Amino acid sequence: MSEPIKTDVLIIGAGPVGLFAVFQLGLLDMKCHLVDILDKVGGQCAELYPEKPIYDIPGIPYVTGQGLTDALMKQVEPFHPVIHLGEMIENIEQIGDPLFCVTTDSGKVFEVKIVVIAAGGGSFQPKRPPINGIEPYEGHSVFYAVRRMEQFRDQNLLIVGGGDSALDWTLNLQPIAKRVTLLHRRDDFRAAPDSVNKMRALVASGAMDLKIGQVTALEGDGTKLSGAVIKGSDGTSATVACDALLPFFGLTMKLGPVTNWGLELKDGELVQVGTETFETNRPGIFAIGDINWYPGKLKLILSGFHEAALMAQKAHRYVYPDKRLVFQYTTSSTSLQKKLGVA
Amino acid sequence: MAKITFVDSKGTPRTVEGDIGATVMETAIKNAIPEIEAECGGACACSTCHVYVEESWRGKTGEPTPMEEDMLDFAYEVKPNSRLSCQMKISAELDGLTVTTPVRQA
Repeated sequence: MSEPIKTDVLIIGAGPVGLFAVFQLGLLDMKCHLVDILDKVGGQCAELYPEKPIYDIPGIPYVTGQGLTDALMKQVEPFHPVIHLGEMIENIEQIGDPLFCVTTDSGKVFEVKIVVIAAGGGSFQPKRPPINGIEPYEGHSVFYAVRRMEQFRDQNLLIVGGGDSALDWTLNLQPIAKRVTLLHRRDDFRAAPDSVNKMRALVASGAMDLKIGQVTALEGDGTKLSGAVIKGSDGTSATVACDALLPFFGLTMKLGPVTNWGLELKDGELVQVGTETFETNRPGIFAIGDINWYPGKLKLILSGFHEAALMAQKAHRYVYPDKRLVFQYTTSSTSLQKKLGVA
Repeated sequence: MAKITFVDSKGTPRTVEGDIGATVMETAIKNAIPEIEAECGGACACSTCHVYVEESWRGKTGEPTPMEEDMLDFAYEVKPNSRLSCQMKISAELDGLTVTTPVRQA
């Protein structure tokens, strides 16, 4: 285990609400680290609708998902948050009152006084294609990500999808695989045109196969795949022999490890909190934004912002038990303005 | 108002009234139509409001845009008459539209 990173607050999720929590906590002198499973900040705003408009942020008549993310990053700049991308929190262990030892899936360890869960709809994970009986093959012959290219050397691969992931892995694995077949629902790809051209050139030279259709069934012994049944656009079915299937069907949100942290849940999918402090049933662990539930909850970004502000007040009592908190406005308080670097 | 009929995967039809200008997905959610999830809330960012448009209506509903086609890649059992119901706006012309919901939403 690596040396723990010590800080005041660990925020799980770098979406708009997690980012704004950095601001509110920062004004009250608490230092933050953020962890997000995506390779970029912004959460759903950046992953699902970067170019799409949001009309209900107070005082901002119109902003895109990416625009809001960029503005929030600028807003939290004075507080120098440390952001850990591409990692997922797996475990939260209580080691003090309150003091937590938090570990990520890549083995990073944090020692923090406060944990703020701002994980939205949960963690983004690869979408499982709708093929019956695919589960037992996962991890043996069905892979949603390529960690080690070597494992596919001299294998017959069936890669499914029409986006950048599918095309990139087709081009990268084609030289080492025995044979690569790319399968897509239609003969039109949303991946970068350059990758599509390269793929088409390989098909034209006979170095790989392209098929148009959808996988309807798998053939094999239950863990080791031998082939996949493909239904073509003309309605006919055929079997393609393959040792491994690599489906790239985008990302979906799953609550994930949050369910294992001893938190009271609403209907098994949202974290129960009180509306005064947004603390969970575990003192020192808070939940804000889309992931929490309380009577009257609305999944709005503005509600998450409000929750972040109130959460910070209670967090301050844990981090600075001997300090009295005086309520101040950024408009008039010189001490807050100093923290923001404007006074 | 326009009448929209949703036939579920087992063949049970449900006819509801939709506002002109609303999307077919919104109309489904408002009326608690089963088998439509609409996880992303209508941003054309998921594929969980997938429906099959009855053949005779395809001329009036039109074809999916490229963005919608990209999202349909993630849907279950996509057919030539597949659409995302969040991308179909109700007009007076669509009064009587019938769509069928798939066995599963991705």
